[in-house]
Amino acid sequence: MDIKKTPKKLNVKEKYRLMTRDLAWEPSYRDEKEIYPYVDYEGIKVHDWSKWEDPFRLTMDAYWKYQAEKERKYYAIIDAHAQNNGHLNVTDARYLTAIKLFLQSISPAEYASHRGFARVGREFAGVGPQVACQMQSIDEIRHAQTQVHAMSNYNKFYNGFKDFANQRDRIWYTSVARSFFDDAMSAGPFEFLIAIGFSFEYVLTNLLFVPFMSGAAYNGDMATCTFGFSAQSDEARHMTLGLECIKFMLEQDPDNIPIVQKWIDKWFWRGCRLLTLVAAMMDYMLPKRVMSWREAWNIYGVENGNALFRDLARYGIKPPMHWDDVEKSIDHTSHQIMLGLYQWKFGTAFHSWTPTASDIEWLKEKYPTTFEKYYLPRWEYAIAQKENGGEYNNFGLPKLCQTCQLPCLFTEPDDPTQLAHRETEYEGEKYHFCSDGCQHVFEQEPEKYVQAWLPMPSLMQEPLKGDLAAWMEWASLEPTASGEYANSEDKANFEKWRKQVSTD
Amino acid sequence: MQIDVQTVNIEQKNQTFTHLKKRFGDKKIPSRYQEASYDLQAEENLHYRPTWAPEQELYDPNLSKIRMNDWYDLKDPRQFYYSTYTLNRAKQQETMESNFKTVESLNLIEGMPDPVLAVAQDLLIPLRHANYAANMNNTLVCGYGYGTVFTQPCVYHAMDNLGIAQYLSRLGLMIGDVESLEAAKQDWMDSDAWQPLRRSLEDLMCVRDPVEVFIKQNFVLDGLLYPLVYQRIVDQNLVEQGGSGISILTQFMTNWYLESKRWVDSVIKTMASESAENKAVLEEWIDSAANHFTSVLLPVAGLAVAGNQADELVSEAHDELLQRAKKAGLFK
Repeated sequence: MDIKKTPKKLNVKEKYRLMTRDLAWEPSYRDEKEIYPYVDYEGIKVHDWSKWEDPFRLTMDAYWKYQAEKERKYYAIIDAHAQNNGHLNVTDARYLTAIKLFLQSISPAEYASHRGFARVGREFAGVGPQVACQMQSIDEIRHAQTQVHAMSNYNKFYNGFKDFANQRDRIWYTSVARSFFDDAMSAGPFEFLIAIGFSFEYVLTNLLFVPFMSGAAYNGDMATCTFGFSAQSDEARHMTLGLECIKFMLEQDPDNIPIVQKWIDKWFWRGCRLLTLVAAMMDYMLPKRVMSWREAWNIYGVENGNALFRDLARYGIKPPMHWDDVEKSIDHTSHQIMLGLYQWKFGTAFHSWTPTASDIEWLKEKYPTTFEKYYLPRWEYAIAQKENGGEYNNFGLPKLCQTCQLPCLFTEPDDPTQLAHRETEYEGEKYHFCSDGCQHVFEQEPEKYVQAWLPMPSLMQEPLKGDLAAWMEWASLEPTASGEYANSEDKANFEKWRKQVSTD
Repeated sequence: MQIDVQTVNIEQKNQTFTHLKKRFGDKKIPSRYQEASYDLQAEENLHYRPTWAPEQELYDPNLSKIRMNDWYDLKDPRQFYYSTYTLNRAKQQETMESNFKTVESLNLIEGMPDPVLAVAQDLLIPLRHANYAANMNNTLVCGYGYGTVFTQPCVYHAMDNLGIAQYLSRLGLMIGDVESLEAAKQDWMDSDAWQPLRRSLEDLMCVRDPVEVFIKQNFVLDGLLYPLVYQRIVDQNLVEQGGSGISILTQFMTNWYLESKRWVDSVIKTMASESAENKAVLEEWIDSAANHFTSVLLPVAGLAVAGNQADELVSEAHDELLQRAKKAGLFK
């Protein structure tokens, strides 16, 4: 070769190819199957890994530079936020329920995503997807960490934050998100990418991130919304990766289409069930609301979803199987979930409350066909109980769905007065489900879902054997962090401090 | 003039999160490293077994022969979490960028003696493929290792290896354009000098014990390769022969090795002091891999120096590695 040749100017694509693609080689001393043992068993056929289009051509020098700039800004802002008692700028302490739920459920999910992407970043047999997944892996640990750091300051002043690590593994409602991510991680590498990269990041992320981060901005939570802004460009990359991975699978072999379709059906439903918690957050937990869950769904679910599935139709992909059931549920789920959380509030590490008069007006306006008819009477009943000095609690333990792990509290898609309940018998045992969607997911892989760890039955087993107080201690459920907002220390402290600040 | 900034003092309820209080007490406010690293991985009530290996748990400490009572003992002395990691690397990258500019603007490559450039081409550019293997190996440790303080630095280490492969690629493009990379790949695939290393890395990519991969890649192979190639051949031999420009462009690798070996050594020391069984396993891995990789690197060193000297340099690197192992409490 000719040393000291004047280098040609390379275009970005070619340069990126040399800097990543060209690093790998075809092994000749060992069989590829030994190096990538998990790449075949799901049945996805890949004929040519080099057909993978790099969704973002980022080399490490640029990555370090951009990310460091964002990190510098982010920590400068949360430091200032902590120093200036920024927590007192939130609308009121009810808002904290939203971010407690976020820290207990979503931050651990970011971490799981980090580990999951590291695994698939090792298991794929092509350097293009390897590097793309590794970059997402390192981004995801960033998100978990920046979230913990943002919440750390809130933890200094309020209840319900300090035990998030223990609660991630032991509380009944955190197992909704936990089981979702455990499900994805225990699947093969291609299904993981469909689950997290495509369904979660591409189809559903706008319904999770935008509401939380806009909620933070609307409610004066500078720390959380700064995190949201800072993560935005990462998320944009992740969405691109999600879309690229599905196109890659579909283009590699027609046999992949039915497999991918099955996964889309499953993960869309799993995702929508997980998002019911976000629905409750949007409609009930934000003192100052951004938009209703219905409005968010119309924009980010229906409009974006329709465009996406129109685009995927050319591959023979159909919209997700239970799309219509989701659509029918949108005007109901937030109310159903919130009524559930409210009646089990002795067992949540966040506070809940009955809607105020103005909340009720807003809910009526946003849900003209459902709220007043089906849900207002129940809230009125709870409010009346309080006014009479009682409390609306349900000390019976909810029956959890074997698949999504939410309590079986949803109604039939076509009859909002009937609780939906499905059962499947498998190897002599009966399993319960909240919906056709969850039953369907179970029946595709019963041997997987029978393993689910259900927090409610564990209360009845060794070593707790039904001792509710012991169970609450085990799950770090302290009375100060639970129950009715109006009687909470968080409320009292927040109001006291707020007053102190404004009089000083 | 003194300005008193008035802020409102309100009493704190919690100094820290409960899991950190259990580990470190609550006399001191925990560091951001501690908040970002401890107990982040799910520990209990894992829902499903992996469909890819149903005999394993989703996070499974038994994937390794190494046993730890608490994997969170394996902390990173650099205290890298995402933020400190990226800020450090961005700073180093700035230096490297100006190094590349300096070398370019002074035409240092063109002014370099041909034999020096030939060594850079034959020895350094093929190494980018070895860095790719190291990237994959560290990604495996991050994915399947146990406990965030152990796994987290491995994703950083993986990305560092990718970064090094890319610095080497840029060097290649500077000295011989795309043909440099093509020739280096040809060497990596076919030339006798590189085959033992390529074979060993393919073997290592088949190992699934995350700690074994960590030890053989990060301690043994890198512990021989970086002192040999960057500290001795580049920074001494090539510099003496007029190759300072090369040394400037591999500055990241030299500094990175010195920085990251503190972490690697500390992990090994903690594992070794945990039990006699751990110590025995580590010694077996290190002993066999050190002998193996020493012989593998001999023909690689031979690309830069004559046979006798290659022997000498490789055995120096081997001794140095064993000194590190002894300092970490092994082979005593």
